[in-house]
This record gives sequence, C-alpha cells and structure tokens, in this order.
Amino acid sequence: MAIRHGRGVAAINYPTGMNLGGDPTQALVHSTPTGNFMVSLSSVDLGQGMKQIMAQICAETIGVPTERVIVDTADTDTGPHCMGTFASRGTHRAGNAVIQAAREARQVMLEVAAEALEVDAGDLETDGTGNIQVKGAPSKSISIFDTALIAHFKLGRSISGRGMFLVPRSYPEAATGAMKPSTCYAHACTVADVEVDDETGEVTVLSVKNVFEIGRALNPKMVEQQLVGGSWMGISHALYETTEPYYPAREHGPTDFNEYLMPGPGDLAKTEVIVLERPAADGPYGAKGPGEMCANPQIPAIANAIFDAVGVRIDTLPITPERILRALKADGAAAHRGR
Amino acid sequence: MELRKTYFADERKDDLHEIGQPRPRSDALGHVTGKTAFFADRSFPGMLHLKMVRSPHHHARIRSIDTSAAQKHPGVVRILTAKDVPHNLYTILILIQVGPEDEHVLAEDKVRWKGEAVVAVLAETERAAQEAAAKVEVDYEVLDPVLSIDAALAPGAPIVNEHHGRNYYLYDSGEARKVRFGDVEAGFAAADHILEQSYASAPIEHAPTETTGCIVVPEGSGRFTCYTNTQAMFFTLDNTSIILQMPGQQLHMVGGTVGGGFGGKVDVIVEPIAILGAKLTGRPVSFVYSREEEMQISSPRAAEKLVIKDGVMKDGRIVARHVKAYIDAGAYSRHSPYGAQKSAAHFPGPYTIPNVWVDSHCVYTNRTPSSAMRGFGVTIGDFALEVQMDKLARLIGMDPLEFRFVNAYRDGDMKAHRQPTEGAALVECMQEAARAANWPIDERFMAMSSRTREGL
Amino acid sequence: MAKVPVQFTLNGSEKAEFVESGATLLDVLRDKIGDTSPKAGCRQGTCGSCSVIVDGELRLSCLTLAETCEGASIVTTAGLAEGGVLHPLQRAFMDAFATQCGFCTPGMIMAAKALLDRNPDPSRDEVVEAIAGNICRCTGYEPIIEAVLSAARSNSISAA
Ligand code: FES
Ligand code: FES
Repeated sequence: MAIRHGRGVAAINYPTGMNLGGDPTQALVHSTPTGNFMVSLSSVDLGQGMKQIMAQICAETIGVPTERVIVDTADTDTGPHCMGTFASRGTHRAGNAVIQAAREARQVMLEVAAEALEVDAGDLETDGTGNIQVKGAPSKSISIFDTALIAHFKLGRSISGRGMFLVPRSYPEAATGAMKPSTCYAHACTVADVEVDDETGEVTVLSVKNVFEIGRALNPKMVEQQLVGGSWMGISHALYETTEPYYPAREHGPTDFNEYLMPGPGDLAKTEVIVLERPAADGPYGAKGPGEMCANPQIPAIANAIFDAVGVRIDTLPITPERILRALKADGAAAHRGR
Repeated sequence: MELRKTYFADERKDDLHEIGQPRPRSDALGHVTGKTAFFADRSFPGMLHLKMVRSPHHHARIRSIDTSAAQKHPGVVRILTAKDVPHNLYTILILIQVGPEDEHVLAEDKVRWKGEAVVAVLAETERAAQEAAAKVEVDYEVLDPVLSIDAALAPGAPIVNEHHGRNYYLYDSGEARKVRFGDVEAGFAAADHILEQSYASAPIEHAPTETTGCIVVPEGSGRFTCYTNTQAMFFTLDNTSIILQMPGQQLHMVGGTVGGGFGGKVDVIVEPIAILGAKLTGRPVSFVYSREEEMQISSPRAAEKLVIKDGVMKDGRIVARHVKAYIDAGAYSRHSPYGAQKSAAHFPGPYTIPNVWVDSHCVYTNRTPSSAMRGFGVTIGDFALEVQMDKLARLIGMDPLEFRFVNAYRDGDMKAHRQPTEGAALVECMQEAARAANWPIDERFMAMSSRTREGL
Repeated sequence: MAKVPVQFTLNGSEKAEFVESGATLLDVLRDKIGDTSPKAGCRQGTCGSCSVIVDGELRLSCLTLAETCEGASIVTTAGLAEGGVLHPLQRAFMDAFATQCGFCTPGMIMAAKALLDRNPDPSRDEVVEAIAGNICRCTGYEPIIEAVLSAARSNSISAA
C-alpha cells in the first residue's frame, strides 16, 4: 500500500460558436455629444467580462481610450439581436459585430474632423488618447470631444455605426455529415501530475500545466481568469462532480453544496497557464473563444495520469475513489489469476 | 499566466493600444461593493412568488389534478395548470425550425421525469406558495420508466416521449447524425492493431452560485418587463412569445450581470410561466429556483456513452477511427439534438485520420432533461478520445505525446466533416507543454509545425 | 403571521423593523432594508454567499433568524467602503482580478474581513480555512486567496 505518482497528457481543440439556425450577433455604436462612445448590444455578461472586452474592442477600433466607451447590453428594448452567450461565441461573434459598427462610426468621425481641419479624411489618424491628427503632421489636430460637438451641433451628422456578424446556417449533408457547425478552433495541451493512494483510492492532483492557444488574448488578465477558473472546473469534473453518483440509478442525487462535490480552496492543484496566440483570420483582433475549451484537457490528462500511477483505467466519469479501488481490486484479482 | 509570444510571431502585429492590455474590469467595483445588480436584487410592491408542484415519478399518467385545498391556503392568489398556458407544447429550437415540439410547460397527460413541473402556485410569500404546493393533489398511474441509454434503445422499450414516437431523435440522416469519411473498413483491414474501448459519464451540474430565475413586472403600457438571468435574451423573448401567444412587442427582457451560467441558463423554463402568472394576476411575479431545483431540476450536462474503435499502424499513424456516441437527453430535446450533432462534427478530434465513421445519437430516457453545458457535445468526447490516444500509444509502445505529434492536424488537412483545417496550433501547444513539463520528446517533434506536414 | 420588532445597527446606522417570526436575516436585509449585498445562493447554509458579520462574528444570514439580532451590530459588504474609500480587501479583490461574475464576492469579502479582523497577518492556510465555506464557481479560488493575502500585506503596511 502506497502513494503512487503518475503523469498524464492530453491535447484538444475546441470550436468557436454554435451554428444552429445561422449564428448572428448585431451591435450598434454611437457617440455622445462630447465624444464618448456607446455600444448597444443584447448579449449577456455571465461573469466572463463581456462588457469590458467589448469596450476594449470598440475603443481599439475607434481609436480612443477604453474609459471613453460605455457598453449597454442585455436589454431587448435597446440592444440589437444576439443569439446569446454560449458555445464560446460571445467575444468572437459580438466582438466582430462591434468592430464593424465601430469602423463605420470611426469613418463618420474622421469625415467630420476632416471638414473641421479642412483636410482629406484619408489623411487623418487617431492618436489613441482622444485626438485626431493629420498623418505626419500631428500638430494639426482636433480632439474627439470637439469633433463630436461639431458633428452634433454644426454639421448635423450622426457619428454612429451598425455592425453585424453572421455565420450563415449550415445544413449537414445527411449521407456524409459535411457541415460547418462552428468557426475557428482554439487549442490546448495539459500535463497533469497526480498522486494516488492505492489504499483509499484518493487522488491528489499535484499540478496541471496548461498550454492554451486562444487566437489573441484581448485582455490578458481576463483571459487568465477564465483559463485558471476553467482549469479548476476541469479537475473538478474529472474527480468529483455528478448529480447522480450511481447513474443511471436516480438515487443519491445531491441537493446542496455539501453533497455536490467540488474542490474547495484547500484542494487546489498547482496551476500553470501558458498562452499562445495564433490569430484567427475571422476573429476580432484574432481572438478565438477560449471559455469552454479551457475546462476540457485536464479531464483526460488526469485519467491518464491515474493510469500511469496505479495501472488501472477508469473510463467512466467522475473518477471517484470507489471506482479506483474497485478497479484495483479487479486488477489485483486478475494478476493473481494470471500468476 | 505567461504569454509565449515566440510562437506565430510573424502572424501577429503587436501595434494595438487597447487590445492586449490588462485593463481593469469595469464591473469589478460593483462586485466588490455589492452594488452590481443581479436580477433578484430588485423587489416590487405586491410581488408574488411562484413555486412548482413537481412529479414524484419518473414516468406516470396523470389521472386527475385537484387544486381545491391548495386554492384555499392562506396567501394563495392563483394556481396555474396546463390549460392556462396558451401554447403549452413547445421546444426551444423550434425558433430555428428544429422540431418537433415535445415538452409541456406544465404537464398535461403524462409526466416523463421525476421533477417535471405539473402545477404552478402563485402566493403572497414563498412560504405560502411552498405550503400550498404541498396541498395540490395529483393522482398518478405509475408507468414503467426507461432510465438508461441501453434500456431506451432495447427492443420493446416503453416510449418515453410520444412526440418523437421512438426513444431517439430522428435526424434527416436517420437514428444518428452521421459522418462518413474515407473507408473505415479498409482502414481497419490495413491496420497493424485495432483497439475498441467504451467510455461513459454521469450527468453533472453547472452549479452557478446564482440560481436560475426571473422577476416579471406588468407595466402600465400593457407590456411585461422580465428581469432574467438567461444567457440568451432574444431566444427567451421569442420562445415566450410563442408559448404565451403574445406579440413580441409586449415583452421586454432585461438582463445584466449573471451570477455564472456555464450553459445552465440557456433553456427557456422560468420566464414564460412567470410572465403568464404576472399577466393573469396583474402583479409582479418572482420565480427563482431553489438550490435543490438548480441541482436536480435544471438541465444537467448529459450522461454519455461512447464506443471508439481505432486502427493504428506500428509507426504511430491512426488509419481508421469508428465512433458511436450516445447522448442521454432525458425526457425532452431542449438543445440535445444539436449537442449530438456538434459532437459528430467534433470527431475524430484534432487529428488527421483518413478513414472516419461517426454515428452520434440523441437518446430519450425518463430522466431530467439534459442540455447545454460548458463544452457541450465536446467535453466527454475529448475525455474518451484522449484516454483512447493514451491507450493506443502504449499499445504500440510509443510515447503518448510523440504519438499525438504523428497524428495532429496541420493547416490544409481535410477534417472528417469536410472543413479544411485552418489556424491549427495543436503541435505548438504540445511543444510548449513538453517544455513546461520537462516531458522528453525527440528533437524532430520539436521542429514540427502546424503550418506544414514536413517532418512527418 | 405574528410580527416581532427588531432593532439593530447595519453598517453603523440604526434600523428598526417589524419582521415575521422566523424570517431570516438575509431576507430582512435584502427585502425589507434593501441591502442586497448579501446574496441568496442556496438558503441552505452551504454556499456562503449570504455571509455577514454580526457582532464581529461571521454568520450565514440565511441561517440566522432576524429576531435573534436584537441590539446587534451588523456589517455587510455594502458598508465596507468608508466615505467612498474602498476597504483594502475591496481594492485587493479588484487588483487581483478576483471577481468574475461577482456573485460570491460580497460573501467572500465578509469571510475574509472576519479573518483579518481577528488575525491581521494570516498564513495562506488560514486564508483557505476562512473562505472554505464560500463557494465560487468561476475563479478556481486562487485569485481570491491571493487577494486576501495581499490585502493583509497592504493592511500591515498602512498600519506600520
Ligand atoms: S445563502 Fe446562505 S449559505 Fe448559501
Ligand atoms: S466570481 Fe462567480 S462565483 Fe465567484
């Protein structure tokens, strides 16, 4: 009887979006009279930080600091249509829609500034801090604040834009399964180190080393939040969670957090996260959807590590101590017979 | 977290101002001061509370429902049964023409899972609603339940859901969403080794800290404002419009920050009945799942069963992969027909295999309907695939990581569902993982790239 | 239903309410007084999202009867910032990106405050123990532990 160490690896990919009946999201962007920008959406922020990311995307596209952008979302009276926040689609689909809307608004903004500065709109650029200037002659400039005032009060123009991102509906071919259910793919590889107590069947995940390729980390701290939280959820899924511990028996279902098992703050694995960026051709600034895939590779990596440690395969989730002990017992019996 | 900028540096321009910056979250201040408004952080004068009477049986015919004692319970304002719901038979994906309608908002003639909603009680307080719900008398004739995928597909099994007429979803391709690529039988015939293995999983819960719910307010304009934590505003609005036969312009969905979703808040369950309650009583209505309901009533991630058969060569190439996937949808479709389809498209995983055969089934059982969850249609498949990869590597005596390099997809490779691979990065993820974990692999794998098949 | 009078201070201000006998402190705070910073994640005592501090002790307000709080001094996350200046824990949670959906945050901050009030310089294990009754489904806990430790550090710096 001993504590045995094992190591396992898994590599995965994950699709962005859920093309059911077409996969659309729309966005509207407009400026206030003093040159702040309002993004209107109906997408839902589940805690992943959609509002913040949409503000950064809009700010980048228009060429203003993020603080100048306000995001109004999750309201069917004010926000244009969004399919919803699921299938790792939020950042990708809504982000693309916001870029398109912001580009259109930026174009009007530059035209207004061009009129005020008596130059060609094509010769203008934003400085990223709230001004519009002539390329190569930054002293010739106008603030976005003033530009918006001129648009509203002198020129009667609306600095605004409409954005739409639609993945057209894909009908799978019945015979071959040819279909396009999603767009760009994120990737991951996880190495897990575990200790298995072969007397109790208990597994301790010592560490997970996760490498995630996510297209582009639009806000690295927020990406880290998702990836670390997701990695925790993957470990939880592998070893602890179920609403029916003896599925398909319907008994023993947990009804509270004492019975529904998840690792607590004292059960954390040492978690390493490394991010690679291969921008997606169709992604907003190259981003892919990392929200779901980050919770997947830990599960098989841990299963493989457990095999490496004690030589039994548990092919049913969750991998509970009971399952490990039963497998060890069966394995021992088999070895005995073999002898 | 570390950003490894060395990979794909030539495909990226790092000339951005706002993107790529670790800006503070605009919602964090609200979170730490307790000011962020979640849907339930509102209360309205005269607000009623809705509680459900739920089926205690897995499968039963409803002979009669007697609400008279509950009706008399102090504080009870209104009791709703199936006949109060204008279009009681629905399915969420009907919006995008994926039918048939197969689920009742409130059970009519039968219950098909333990926990199914039968009667809704609206009362002045949660407690009164709860107590009155316990007084509703439903007379059931208990039927044989079908509780597992195998039982559902066994010949002569009782039918779970008459709207399907069989215990699986019927695709245009038949009993499963099918993917056929190359010739698996020829692949197996040529293989040095064949390995067939089965995998399974139990349902799991999203367990967001905030349970599913909504608060509905009838407005002076005749419209209904519904404060909800749905993950999909218009999906909810449009489905509610169908169920209540109410023009969409009378509905106003307001979300906000949601206390975690993970896929658990994409089903349209609480809003239609709460809005109906508000309409029929003229008062605000709150319908919030208890933690127990969140765990046992709200859709879990489906249990799955997978059988994977692979043909592999001694040099590590997988030449054929045959997958049978079964997704336990529970009693109703919800999003599961799509989940099974997404699962079919996901196989054979991020590997280029010339011969692939996939059948992915959506199976009905007398269980809590399952639906979307983080990794929908993929997570369990990935568990099975990646454990299978480990077994295959050991079978041919190869290092498990090196074995994956041999098979990893590269740009331009055709996937089984006939989409060309673009933007692949599996090879690089594995290279970086090998480095980070000091996992020794041969130099030639470290020199490989997702952009080319060179070196293979 | 019989109503009972109850008086207590909430974040320093006097409150007097008639509450139903058996009403929880959580419901009274949220529905009667309008302090929605404690959240109702389970109403079973298993998630910690309703945590508040009553007379210096961490309490689950969903399991605390309001009528037992007569004369008590109650602190919630809504009352932590003084004169618009955030409490070091609030700052630390923001700086450490320790909130995602934010639903667990007020309860976490209460649990952490109860710890730091009695132990201004806790070890990591002590922090873990202090928040072990609070569920977070988003963060994987690590940033929360970091935030509490860094608040403790900044506290000791400002006290020095
Ligand atoms: S609401 Fe009190 S512990 Fe969950
Ligand atoms: S941040 Fe969502 S539960 Fe903790």
